[in-house]
Amino acid sequence: MTDTRGRSLSLAHLYVAYTALALGGLAGLLQVLVRSGGLTLPAGIGYYQILTVHGVLLGLILTTFFIIGFLHASIIRTAGPYSNRSIALGWLGFWIMLTGTLMSATMILLNEATVLYTFYAPLQAHWLFYLGLTLVIVGSWLSGGAMISAYRHWRKEHPGQTSPLLTFMAIITIVLWIIATLGVAGTVLFQLLPWSLGIVERVDVLTSRTLFWYFGHPLVYFWLLPAYMAWYAVIPKVIGGRVFSDSLARLSFLLFLLFSIPVGFHHQLVEPGIDAFWKYLQVVLTFMVVIPSLMTAFSLFATFEIRGRELGAKGLFGWIRKLPWRDSRFMVPFIGMLAFIPAGAGGLINASNQMNQVVHNTIWVTGHFHLTLATTVVLTFFGISYWLIPHLTGRVLTKEMNRLAIIQAIVWTVGMGIMSLSMHAAGLLGAPRRSSFSTYGDAPQALGWIPYQAAQAIGGTILFIGIILVLYIVVNLAFFAPKGSEAFPVAESGSAQTPKALEDWRIWLTILTALILIAYSVPFIDMIQQAPPASKGYRLW
Amino acid sequence: MHMHLYEKWWLTLGTGALILFLIILGVSAFHQGHKPPSAKAYIDPERVDATAPFDQPGLKEVSGKDWDYELVIVASAFHYEPAEFTVPKGSKVKIMATTKDVIHGFEVAGTNINMMLEPGYISEYVTTLDQTGEFLIVCNEYCGAGHHTMKSMLKVVD
Repeated sequence: MTDTRGRSLSLAHLYVAYTALALGGLAGLLQVLVRSGGLTLPAGIGYYQILTVHGVLLGLILTTFFIIGFLHASIIRTAGPYSNRSIALGWLGFWIMLTGTLMSATMILLNEATVLYTFYAPLQAHWLFYLGLTLVIVGSWLSGGAMISAYRHWRKEHPGQTSPLLTFMAIITIVLWIIATLGVAGTVLFQLLPWSLGIVERVDVLTSRTLFWYFGHPLVYFWLLPAYMAWYAVIPKVIGGRVFSDSLARLSFLLFLLFSIPVGFHHQLVEPGIDAFWKYLQVVLTFMVVIPSLMTAFSLFATFEIRGRELGAKGLFGWIRKLPWRDSRFMVPFIGMLAFIPAGAGGLINASNQMNQVVHNTIWVTGHFHLTLATTVVLTFFGISYWLIPHLTGRVLTKEMNRLAIIQAIVWTVGMGIMSLSMHAAGLLGAPRRSSFSTYGDAPQALGWIPYQAAQAIGGTILFIGIILVLYIVVNLAFFAPKGSEAFPVAESGSAQTPKALEDWRIWLTILTALILIAYSVPFIDMIQQAPPASKGYRLW
Repeated sequence: MHMHLYEKWWLTLGTGALILFLIILGVSAFHQGHKPPSAKAYIDPERVDATAPFDQPGLKEVSGKDWDYELVIVASAFHYEPAEFTVPKGSKVKIMATTKDVIHGFEVAGTNINMMLEPGYISEYVTTLDQTGEFLIVCNEYCGAGHHTMKSMLKVVD
């Protein structure tokens, strides 16, 4: 990429993301130590305040900034440099997001917003916290505008052609984000902001939760799809192969778009006020993502096998030995892929109509998303950073950094293995999530959870070492590695046979709108018509 | 759109398993009645103490209903009322719970009794308690600074 303006735009996002990782990771370390009973926070800092910092910085800020930076870079790499308009929109989006982040962070640090990143109305945070998060979302929409504008420009310049695969995937990801964030924007703009400002006295809790989870589940796929972009279109190039099938890759992204949005009720399965039929319908829709997930698994391993055989592998599994295990750009995301197998299985349990009751809001769920987001997605983001950051800064990934990156991934895997396994186990025994250290009056059941919490602290401490390592590598690649040119690897996708319908947005957006209306209209109208008296605000921290 | 033969098998098998799984879940929910707690019952959250049956929390034996006992629970930051209760083993119990202030959880550790309590709504769940023992009830939804101290105890006795 000779386009220095595009490079700085992407880099700025990545720097914020890694700063969030440093601070949010530190909050995570403090958390596991407090919860194990081994540490009391000084200066009146609360456990739940630290938990809010950890959730907001890692779940929202790290991910959103990293993803937007990566999407900008992917579009610029495959569809050409941004126009002046896209660059300007991109920077405006960045500064608005950063301003919002700083506003919310300040309110959390002042202990004015200890409501965790899921808000939990009628707990009422300071209005600046909600306004800050609104700005993060509005800023991300402007960045999305920059991307969509670049995509439209490409299509106008290349009539009748199939767009580059990575650009197409980036656009699906940002469209998913824009449609999903409409829900959280709705609750914040129409409910939480007027209420926290004192303009209205009361808030309707169930509609606020429903709007939040309309966003909260697709958020998970907003994290996952950029990782899939790298798996589908970058990793094949890293190992010297090709994209298995361009059209199947696009179809799977479209299916993720369709089946990740109208399914938020599976986070609300044990809540009152929603009819069991509508919950079940959304459970069915939730499980449809199994289909594109299976397609993805097949495509990836097919690419690996084909490449291994090209290199002369023999026998049923000989190809495994031919893969570049010493290349961190492959190895680190590969561990992420493996972690997704148990993570996905756990997800099936969480989203199941009745099984959810066994694990709902236990620390099992925390263990689950530390395998999905904090292992699968984050390791893939690390793997992306190892070529993207030197690519953007005009440096190279050296042998030493490559080796350190593999050590980092192993440290991460060990730490996460210990932490996540003990979270899953304690959750099955009933230990609640999002709770500070407690023996509940020395109840025998609660005492049985303590050893698992100690194991979580050990795993969390190892993970913090992993964070220090990755920050060291990132700083090195950004500022100290030797000058040179590192490639942004993009595999050949052979889009000649790709059906045109896959890029006909009218079809897909119509189906998506229909699914959302089917899944949400009746229960949502019901919630408004049969609403009980709404709630005043509480500040209980 | 070209699709590899093995991929067709893989997707057919996977999708078939998925459909079977969803049918099992559906039959279990709508034929056998194993639905998640989804009551559509409402209450004024500021008048919980004055609204029956929540004006008298605790365990009550009932007759002429599909269950033997009704267990009425009122949650508020940071405790449950009653703080402890005893149920005879093998009894069929309808749990009815609500909250006076913010969102709380109601999880009986070691059982499948697990639901959210939200202001304005009554959460209901019918279950048979057929295992003796002391079961810790914890709040599993963040409700403020004392969240992790919020508990009650269910004793199932012979």
